[in-house]
Amino acid sequence: MCTVCGCGDSKVEGHSHAHAHDHEHHHHHHGDTHYGENEAGVSVPGMSDARIIEVETDILAKNDAYAAVNRARLADLNALALNLVSSPGSGKTTLLCKTIEMLEDQPLAVIEGDQQTTNDADRIRATGAKAVQINTGKGCHLDGHMVGHAMDHLDLPRGAMLFVENVGNLVCPAAFDLGEDAKVAILSVTEGEDKPLKYPDMFAAARLALLNKVDLAPYCDVNLDLYEDNLRRVNPQIDILRVSARTGQGMDRWLEWLRTHLATKSDQKAAE
Amino acid sequence: MHEMSLCEGIRTVIEDQARAHNVHKVTRVRVEIGKFAGVEKPALEFAFDVVMRGSVAEGAVLEMLDLPGKAMCFDCGKEVEIDDRLQPCPTCGGGKLMPTGGDEMRVKDLEAA
Repeated sequence: MCTVCGCGDSKVEGHSHAHAHDHEHHHHHHGDTHYGENEAGVSVPGMSDARIIEVETDILAKNDAYAAVNRARLADLNALALNLVSSPGSGKTTLLCKTIEMLEDQPLAVIEGDQQTTNDADRIRATGAKAVQINTGKGCHLDGHMVGHAMDHLDLPRGAMLFVENVGNLVCPAAFDLGEDAKVAILSVTEGEDKPLKYPDMFAAARLALLNKVDLAPYCDVNLDLYEDNLRRVNPQIDILRVSARTGQGMDRWLEWLRTHLATKSDQKAAE
Repeated sequence: MHEMSLCEGIRTVIEDQARAHNVHKVTRVRVEIGKFAGVEKPALEFAFDVVMRGSVAEGAVLEMLDLPGKAMCFDCGKEVEIDDRLQPCPTCGGGKLMPTGGDEMRVKDLEAA
């Protein structure tokens, strides 16, 4: 790839690089013309070499560093962390309350993200579980830094499950790593079969999709198979479970998924 | 999405680099944005001007370089470049594509005065 203009030598069918190459590429290794041997390894006509600082740093590098610290803390504790993402109203909090109830003695804690109110954390605490609410104010997503602070308040026991309920938003939280083991997308049957196609980034980033409120399916003329087809179109590797937090349908398979992933994590740690 | 937060990330990267290289004025910033990074370029440009105020990069030009979307085709097993997440595989026409690249958001380099 040309590092001056960023263009590559690869081609996409039906797409060609339209911009003109008005700078020269000097690769005369034997003819002794060596441009681009300054610190940055690039040369741009009209720009003195010393003035370009090569950076190559991810814009979210700071967030990723916080996320890496969280991930290491969780690994030390053999704890499984899940980042629950969905649109508002998919039933995340109800699903979590039911999950906590069914998990019985499993140590766990919850981090709740919302723009305003402590309603969700209050609902979780009512089940007897530990919960910390993060109010993002105007923010549209949780980030690694916020979650690290929240973990400071939770005093997670070994082998715990940590559920992080992200801000209800199918766009922004896709890009912000929190240090989780997996993103779990929750999609309710009332949202429309094409939701995964409309917001592909989030469903492509998720390991598991919970198709929630399946008890309502007979009343809203939806095709559950089409939901699954569309999820696999944006993410061929995604696991999908049909559940209803209200009736409990399919919840045993979700619990099994959680326990399997927690056990896998402990095994990995033991193997190190 | 969140272009303002991204610009705050860009500002942090610039300020770290400016300190490390003893630079007091940055005149151009080049960022690489993948096709699937979910970045709205006009929004990023707008937010950039606002967020850089009062920093070494105030008034700097933001240049955005596109990186292609890449995916692994589960039907033919090839890695292909795609323009759209939902398009079929350009090699075999298959519909099961797993994105493998194109979500990059990187500060590539800076031009210092």
